[in-house]
Amino acid sequence: MRFYASLVYLFLYFPIAVIVFFSFNAGKSATQMMGFSVGWYGHALHNPFVTEALRTSFIVALSSASIASVFGTMAALALQGMKGRVRMLFDALIYVAVMVPGIVIGISTLIALVTLFGWINPVLAALFPAGQAPQLAMGLVSLIGAHALFSMALVIIILRARLAGMDRSLMEASADLYAAPFATFRQITLPLIFPGILAGFLLSFTFSFDDFIIAFFVAGSETTLPIYVFSSIRRGVTPEINAIGTMVLMTSLVLLVIAQVILRRGPRQEAA
Amino acid sequence: MPSSTSSAMNQAPAIAEFRAASKRFGPVLAADEVSLTIRRGEFLTFLGPSGCGKTTALRMLAGFEAPTSGAVYLDGERVNDMPAYRRPVNMVFQHYALFPHLTVAQNIAYGLLQRRPRPDKAEVAAKVARALDMVRLPGFGPRRIWEMSGGQQQRVALARAIVNEPKLLLLDEPLAALDRKLRREMQIELQTLQRQLGITFVLVTHDQEEALSMSDRICIMRGGKIVQTGSPTVLYDEPISRYVADFVGKSNFVDGIFAGHNKVTAHGTTFTGRILCTPAIGSKVTLSIRPEQIELTRDGLEPVQVVNRIFLGEHTEYLVRHDNMGELLVRVSRQAEAAEGPFDPGSEAFVRWAPDAALILDQD
Ligand SMILES: Nc1ncnc2c1ncn2[C@@H]1O[C@H](COP(=O)(O)OP(=O)(O)OP(=O)(O)O)[C@@H](O)[C@H]1O
Ligand SMILES: [Mg+2]
Repeated sequence: MRFYASLVYLFLYFPIAVIVFFSFNAGKSATQMMGFSVGWYGHALHNPFVTEALRTSFIVALSSASIASVFGTMAALALQGMKGRVRMLFDALIYVAVMVPGIVIGISTLIALVTLFGWINPVLAALFPAGQAPQLAMGLVSLIGAHALFSMALVIIILRARLAGMDRSLMEASADLYAAPFATFRQITLPLIFPGILAGFLLSFTFSFDDFIIAFFVAGSETTLPIYVFSSIRRGVTPEINAIGTMVLMTSLVLLVIAQVILRRGPRQEAA
Repeated sequence: MPSSTSSAMNQAPAIAEFRAASKRFGPVLAADEVSLTIRRGEFLTFLGPSGCGKTTALRMLAGFEAPTSGAVYLDGERVNDMPAYRRPVNMVFQHYALFPHLTVAQNIAYGLLQRRPRPDKAEVAAKVARALDMVRLPGFGPRRIWEMSGGQQQRVALARAIVNEPKLLLLDEPLAALDRKLRREMQIELQTLQRQLGITFVLVTHDQEEALSMSDRICIMRGGKIVQTGSPTVLYDEPISRYVADFVGKSNFVDGIFAGHNKVTAHGTTFTGRILCTPAIGSKVTLSIRPEQIELTRDGLEPVQVVNRIFLGEHTEYLVRHDNMGELLVRVSRQAEAAEGPFDPGSEAFVRWAPDAALILDQD
């Protein structure tokens, strides 16, 4: 048993370890170690294509995570107030949304948006003087939208768990102490679920930052970091790619660890 | 309660009122046409077994449940549709419901800070400090909630409510989570606090001892209905049914048939008693005799067999078997036992009680 388990872990982590290892290669090969150096990191960060892709990835991750956090929180709160049957249905749908493969989300978002643009663009063309009509197309906005949609499900799942664990009598106590519903939300509910929102935001950010499949379909001409990595691999793997991969990996790991710490710490204080 | 205060209470104006208030949760009628007037300044207790609707009654006063039919009045105003946050009423929750992300002082100040215009900071701080003094937690303001013990959290919850000087303070089994000794202490403290503040207290409990020791009046509930309301003395001495007598203190019950006047036949014998219900001749009634009303003697007319003796300090409880009445619980005071000597289990003895110590009650 132990042997097989070790084998599984080796299988899972060996490729990642290789990437990290060769990112410190002093030579040009991604398979032959020629001495230790952090040169490729500097190289990657000075490559204008890399920095541009990084900027795009950052904008997309930040925007989609923010949108997902706000709307996911609202949806979770609304679900909390719903009756049993309807709530179960929505909960189930949200879990399904998380389990749907990225490629399906990518393709379906692409088709949905292309169809939508196909309807709207002629209308816009008719409304504006010739040649001045704005054209809706795939790009930053559609990518942010697609990521936000997916991340929202993550945020809702995290917050539903948190809200379910929250003592309802806290809200009643607040109302009993003369706080109107919105005052209760602002002073009690929001502070208590805030760690959940923050964790949801970080997970959403990580998801968007790492995502290749959905971005590949709906990013249009925009290049995110994963898309850049994919396209440069076709021209051959250099340790520069390894350095970028390692940086993305580290960013994700740090964010995920922070999210976990926040989620763990919150409920303990409440329970005490 | 001394009778002088009770009669003064009788004249006190109403602070709250239930008028045939019912609350239905699907198939469950949690409150069934509850009618009750709560007087200004009194300490009223809802007493009854689990699920009888005590919390529901309290929540209708707080504004967390609206009656399905009937009405609730606060200070003369019909409040059926008034939300909880507009009612001049505060509640101490069973599990305290203290805000975990706020300090003790912030918890207590919460109600004051919701007022518009916002009260002066110094004034709030002064009131919070006074409330902390009152619940004997001076200087605990900056503490976090989870640094407080159960008993201390209880006091914080109390301070958070009384600092607002509500017209009505509602307490839902506030002492249930405390250990026995602490509970006794808090009972006395609650009572003292109520006298000091002059606020009307409405308490919910299923602990009869707690109800008897603290309340001016007790409402005995059963299945959503109020069975009997009265001072602890009245409920103890003049219960209207077996249910009430059983809930308030211990008693011996003998089921029988009402034989008219003050007579009950049971097990082929006729007993006389004091009539506290209005039975028809031939209907089922219960004879109730409190354990301390029965005298245990060395000779007499009603022979019994001593089954068990439990020494309880200031008095001793005997379980004796009577041929007709079955097992009886008898409470013998220290002095009486010293005079007659302890009765050994297995020995013969005799019981006796004053004719009006036996109460004739409704059987259910
Ligand atoms: N929100 C609710 N939904 C459905 N049924 C309820 C609700 N609240 C109370 N009930 C039902 O109403 C009845 C009375 O409940 P209530 O909480 O008032 O009892 P209680 O006397 O306070 O009991 P306990 O001593 O156990 O707290 C119970 O049968 C309970 O199951
Ligand atoms: Mg209750």
